[in-house]
Amino acid sequence: MPHWRITGALAAVGLAAALFAIMPKGPLMGETAAAAAANPAAVQIDNFHYTPPSLIVAPGTTVTWTNADDSPHSVREKDGKFKSAALDTDDTFSQTFVEPGEYEYFCSIHPYMTGKIIVKPAGSAS
Amino acid sequence: MADRDEKELSGAAGIDRRSLLKCMTWAGTGVLWTLSGGVPRSLGLLGEAAAAEPQANGLTFLQISDSHVGFDKPANPNALGTFQEAIAKINAMPTQPAFIIHTGDITHLSKDKEFDDADQTMKALKPPVHVIPGEHDVADADNGKLYLDRYGKGTKGKGWYSFDVGGVHFVALINVFNFEPGFKSAGLAKLGDDQLEWMEADVKGLSASTPIVVFAHLPLWTIYQDWGWGTEDAPRALSYLKRFGSVTVLNGHIHQIQQKVEGNVSFYTARSTAFPQPAPGSAPAPGPMKVPAEELHSVLGVRTVNYVRGKSPLAVIETPLGA
Repeated sequence: MPHWRITGALAAVGLAAALFAIMPKGPLMGETAAAAAANPAAVQIDNFHYTPPSLIVAPGTTVTWTNADDSPHSVREKDGKFKSAALDTDDTFSQTFVEPGEYEYFCSIHPYMTGKIIVKPAGSAS
Repeated sequence: MADRDEKELSGAAGIDRRSLLKCMTWAGTGVLWTLSGGVPRSLGLLGEAAAAEPQANGLTFLQISDSHVGFDKPANPNALGTFQEAIAKINAMPTQPAFIIHTGDITHLSKDKEFDDADQTMKALKPPVHVIPGEHDVADADNGKLYLDRYGKGTKGKGWYSFDVGGVHFVALINVFNFEPGFKSAGLAKLGDDQLEWMEADVKGLSASTPIVVFAHLPLWTIYQDWGWGTEDAPRALSYLKRFGSVTVLNGHIHQIQQKVEGNVSFYTARSTAFPQPAPGSAPAPGPMKVPAEELHSVLGVRTVNYVRGKSPLAVIETPLGA
């Protein structure tokens, strides 16, 4: 199952690369938003884990966390850059990532649960 | 068999010594004894409870925990209902405790409505109630503002406080605000420097013979690190209590009874009034544990603590909701 999700994420990155290739450079929020809408990324919260635990997305991507657990969980960036309220079962939280970088986050209710979003322009060296 | 014994235990406040001894048997079989450190004095504690039970001049208080008002999943579709049952049971006790402590996770999702429902329920209690938050009570987007607006009045820092009743000094500690994310540390709870400094000063002037009761939501000893069941800087808090003859630590969070005695300190975690959680490491994750509906009340409960002057340590009696 995690295999499938990682593959999905990579496919999204590939598609974003194709879109970016035909776009002029610069802060063009319209196109970025369109790219994000076309490539939503998802993190599933299940059994006290974020899946996938590490997700690579292109700038402008909106990541949506869905809590599929019986327990509430939250999503909080380690320095407070973004945070959700407690998510009950089936609740979702979305965050759009514009700035490239690594965003480590954890569950404020169960802090040993951690995950990471890596934002980097498509086609850049890893 | 368990069912029969629970029936006898349910009225523990008013039963005779013989029945209480039966309760001891039940408690001995019902409590998990698998922790490091062991519980060599546990039966002795309950034995002293039996001896102390008829004494009228002792101080008795009661602990409730983890009511998770708002929880409605299969493990307990009506957590508000079982909380109300627990409150009704306390109100039916022939001798009322001096006060009640709620050791956190009052609500499930820190929602206003859940706090309202919980408050409404606790209003029915006759003795005063002292509360501390669990991590579920400070899970709003404002990091606990809802809780502190409601319950923070007259407390220090982020809600901690102390008080004295009947010669016993009570310290309410908060360990749900300073979580270190798991990639920085083990993901355990923390009390934080501010609170620890306050606590050191708080107990400084007390004589070493003063019995101390500390309560906090997460356990002040590490029960299971993989699930974050512990408090990283608890050893510093306990170091301030080394000189005292009798220290009792009461926690919630793990929805089951665990206990250990270490030197002068007796540690206890309490049952929830909402749903049980698995024993440490016995499941892939520490989520709500579903038991058959007819067994639910046997794994929920409240705790009575009895202190008789001149006798150490405090006697602790567990009462399941099942009746």
